[in-house]
Amino acid sequence: MSSNSNLTSMKRTVEQLKLEASVDRIKVSQAAADLQQYCLQNASKDALLVGVPAGSNPFREPRSCALL
Amino acid sequence: MCDQTFLAITFGPCDNCSQNKPLMNIYLKNEPINYCSLCVELMACQGLAKGETIHTLKTESETLKAKLEEERAKLHDVELHQVAEKIEALGQFVMKTRRTLKGHGNKVLCMDWCRDKRRIVSSSQDGKVIVWDAYTTNKEHAVTMPCTWVMACAYAPSGCAVACGGLDNKCSVYPLSLDKNENLAAKKKSVAMHTNYLSSCSFTNSDMQILTSSGDGTCALWDVESGQLLQSFHGHSADVLSLNLAPSETGNTFVSGGCDKKANVWDMRSGQNVQSFETHESDINCVKYYPSGDAFATGSDDATCRLYDLRADREVAIYSKESIIFGASSVDFSLSGRLLFAGYNDYTINVWDVLKGTRVAILFGHENRVSTVRVSPDGTAFCSGSWDSTLRIWA
Repeated sequence: MSSNSNLTSMKRTVEQLKLEASVDRIKVSQAAADLQQYCLQNASKDALLVGVPAGSNPFREPRSCALL
Repeated sequence: MCDQTFLAITFGPCDNCSQNKPLMNIYLKNEPINYCSLCVELMACQGLAKGETIHTLKTESETLKAKLEEERAKLHDVELHQVAEKIEALGQFVMKTRRTLKGHGNKVLCMDWCRDKRRIVSSSQDGKVIVWDAYTTNKEHAVTMPCTWVMACAYAPSGCAVACGGLDNKCSVYPLSLDKNENLAAKKKSVAMHTNYLSSCSFTNSDMQILTSSGDGTCALWDVESGQLLQSFHGHSADVLSLNLAPSETGNTFVSGGCDKKANVWDMRSGQNVQSFETHESDINCVKYYPSGDAFATGSDDATCRLYDLRADREVAIYSKESIIFGASSVDFSLSGRLLFAGYNDYTINVWDVLKGTRVAILFGHENRVSTVRVSPDGTAFCSGSWDSTLRIWA
């Protein structure tokens, strides 16, 4: 019974590898260029990257302290 | 048409392997049966084709693995940081702790932001799950789970519920009520059931479905209302430690990483493992998609973080330094994807330039391991949780 399950797992592995090998791939240069373009296009909206004008980031605003 | 009502059992002994697991109710030769998801998958692979033996299958799998590497190497014409040489380097970063959330009595293990960009849910080793208002640092809700080590927590997209789980092997959903005095534990709904600890959970685009990953080596998609197992994902050979859903609205994929050093990309509808990456040298603790959905980053016990591009089907960057020897427990991208925030077991958070591969800042402040790092939904701040039992908001 255990040899049967080994067989089934092996068969499953082979099917999985066949699927992975058939994936359509693009060149790293193309993929890298696209990643870079996304970064640059969205850089202005990224508050942690460029910072926002003081006052519009709710976390940077000084909190009012309630003195009891 | 079936006249008999078929009792749909969702958890119990599998008719095939007899193990107690979440079950799928299917028909085999017109007979209703309850098989666990692994047995359902294996059914498709039973029986040998002509001439196949264990030996031929083994050789075939070796050949396929070699072919895969060869195909991937053919397209490796340049490194990401080389392409990024022409862009401006980033300036000095001023990032400070703006809020410290104190209230957990023990190690903070996980946290998640609400879509309203101000609320946070966090969970800890002592079983407490707390919902905070990050602007004011007030605690809005607190619930004590019946188990310790609540390793996973997530906020529902609507903001009206939170999901959490850990050593209880389950994922439970708590609807949040506006009445602060209401006992949250009373409304608890058990959704997912695994056969080992719950390591990570995430709502899909609605409050109706939850995706979970577990120490039992599987990920699973559940219907919140009925608790039914909708899809199961088998492929990891050890504990799955983290998962992350693809950002696109129409996207139906997610990535998972585990102790088998593999990061797998899955199709949620078919349960198929569509891509797999194995370049880390130790457990992958965290996986996070790049904001465009075309790549994902991982943080591992081998002290490196890596970037994998899905369309190039390979690793395209490694974020490491000889001086960093402790594992990275958690990673997240800034809104544009230019920065990668990584929390490490040496109590620091390193900020990496994703494109150039260099470190742009080290953030000190926590007094113990950083266990979780998440950028807020609008990218104005990020939150880190640590074993020192505090959470810090940085901006």
